[in-house]
Amino acid sequence: MHDEKKSLIETRSLSIGYHHPRHGQKVLHSNICVKLEAGEFACVLGPNGSGKSTLLQTVCGFLPRLSGDVCIAGKQIDKVSNRQMSLLASVVLTERVTVSNMTVFDLVSLGRTPYTGFFGRLKSRDLELVSEAIRSVGLEGFEERLITNMSDGERQKAMIAKALVQETPLIVLDEPTAFLDLPSRIEIMHLLRKLAHQHNKAILLSTHDLDLALQMADKVWLLAEGRQMETGTPEDLVLTNEFRRFFEREGILFDNDTGQFTVEKQKVKTIRIVGKGIEYKWVSRALARRGFAASDEPFSGFQVEVKSDGKREYLLTGPDGKIQKLRTIEDLLTQLEHEEATLLTE
Amino acid sequence: MQQFLEKYLSGRQLTVFWLSGLAVLSLTLFVLNLILGSVNIPFWSVIQALAGDMQMDDSWRLIVLKSRLPQAITAILAGAGLAVGGLQMQTLFRNPLAGPSILGISSGAGLGVALVLLVAGKIGGVALSHLGFTGHLSVALAAFAGASLVLTMVLFLSRHLKDNAMLLIVGIMVGYAASALVGILKFYSMKEDVHAYVIWGLGSFSTVSWSQMGVLFPVVTLGLLGSFFLVKPLNVMLLGEQYAGNLGINIFLSRLLIILCTGLLTATITAFCGPIAFLGLAVPHLTKGLFRTSDHKVLIPAVILAGIAVALFSNLIARLPGFDGALPINAVTSMIGAPVVIWVILKGKNLRTPGV
Repeated sequence: MHDEKKSLIETRSLSIGYHHPRHGQKVLHSNICVKLEAGEFACVLGPNGSGKSTLLQTVCGFLPRLSGDVCIAGKQIDKVSNRQMSLLASVVLTERVTVSNMTVFDLVSLGRTPYTGFFGRLKSRDLELVSEAIRSVGLEGFEERLITNMSDGERQKAMIAKALVQETPLIVLDEPTAFLDLPSRIEIMHLLRKLAHQHNKAILLSTHDLDLALQMADKVWLLAEGRQMETGTPEDLVLTNEFRRFFEREGILFDNDTGQFTVEKQKVKTIRIVGKGIEYKWVSRALARRGFAASDEPFSGFQVEVKSDGKREYLLTGPDGKIQKLRTIEDLLTQLEHEEATLLTE
Repeated sequence: MQQFLEKYLSGRQLTVFWLSGLAVLSLTLFVLNLILGSVNIPFWSVIQALAGDMQMDDSWRLIVLKSRLPQAITAILAGAGLAVGGLQMQTLFRNPLAGPSILGISSGAGLGVALVLLVAGKIGGVALSHLGFTGHLSVALAAFAGASLVLTMVLFLSRHLKDNAMLLIVGIMVGYAASALVGILKFYSMKEDVHAYVIWGLGSFSTVSWSQMGVLFPVVTLGLLGSFFLVKPLNVMLLGEQYAGNLGINIFLSRLLIILCTGLLTATITAFCGPIAFLGLAVPHLTKGLFRTSDHKVLIPAVILAGIAVALFSNLIARLPGFDGALPINAVTSMIGAPVVIWVILKGKNLRTPGV
């Protein structure tokens, strides 16, 4: 059973887009062939307006597909009823849910709706599952908190708990990290990955957090307007330069080494940086921002020596051989600027 | 008060406490409605009259049975029905300022009444307001016809409009159009007829006779029972339509049933009592403030009881000695309703966004 992987989403030459009453069809993407299997954590990446939400909504059956096939857990999506769908896929949407007087417990227990009877009364098993889900997203003790009195991150966790108690093999999240600060983003992504691997769920989400997706996702789906969709493990996509091609714009570079975007700067001046470890890294970053490219070769220009053992110190040697001791990077940059200026006037 | 009680009672006990409190309050107000008025009738005489004792004072018996009892029952039905309608609309549209009249149903009823009162008067040459009882019945029928027409239209549109917000706008627009037509009719009508229309527009619980109760009672009871069957979709609708759909709720059907239920309640009550303002908007807020829950399993019975209490209270005030039963019910409900709405807005915390 466990060896045989079940594909929960499978599309064959799918076209997505909108039916517009006057302008006819607007096709955003065509010929999409992707697969998502149980236990996989996949991220859809792409610039704004590239059709991430449209893709997710088509896959969940909120939007009609334009052509091609979508199969959910092996069944064609047209043949899946609303009710069956609620047992196969649960969603978390971008929209902020604010309902006054609703507690976390109330919210999460709404996820049991497909299983409860006519009046939606919860049985003891439902109550157990709700508490367990609240625990597994780390909201223990928040059961009676009103969702209007919680931070966006906490509310998003509650929504994820709602998706969990729905007990679906597939969870689809549309930009779950959109409103969150960086620590919460990392937390949510980490939580989702854990859930995918531990509970053998297929999780598909769209996000703008490229570096997080690169670190955490099992699969990445790349979308960009007017391009064929690319899928694969993030590392493969980096090595085949797909990331570069998808995201690079004028002035913005994707660094294949670090997996980060860098703002293109005219690096004309070179500086020698001596040092090691984390200090070395951050000093070179700061200097890069000022337009200095680090080089290891000894030359007659500026040199920075980073002392990282014991007391942190930065020794700046100018072209005239004078050495300045500086305590912070900020001081270093100011001193460097100053010396540069005097050098120019001389 | 709330904090004080929360110290001693758990959530569920608090709910039971408030529910029974409201029930006792409603019952007391019901009895007071039978006792107090321009003539005060002692409690035991009221009981005697209700028990069908023929020995007692005839005038007292008639006042209790023919006037006060139907009036109190009408107030109960109208209060409960409008409050439930308001709650359903606030949930469906996820808008705290929605009420049972939001779909234009009351305006439709108003148009029907205006047509009967103003046009019939014009054609017949007699002001219909002089006709008495037949006038009443035809007014109720016209109101119901107008309300049903708008309701049918809204139901039809709800099948074609995907978005609740659009439906809300359409409902409000229909209301404006109907009001405009009423305005034109008023402009060309006789003074007496316009006066009769204004009187109808002020609302009253006292125009329902026992024979009319035969219609009002079963329809409102049906609507109230229906609302209990909509608890589950209403709860899920709080999250919005997409989440509701994803949780396996049939959105089209649920929306249709919710509108039908509210429409039926509003149309019938407006037909018999005139457009009662504010009750449907204010009572749900009052109730939500008291019960602090979003669960319709609790909210629906709570709103029914609170609606009954507020309607009976308003009726009592309208009949206070000195006013001689002359105070229109809308004046009273609005006087209670307006401060409540202001309180809701000032309390703001729970009302940030489309949340209900």
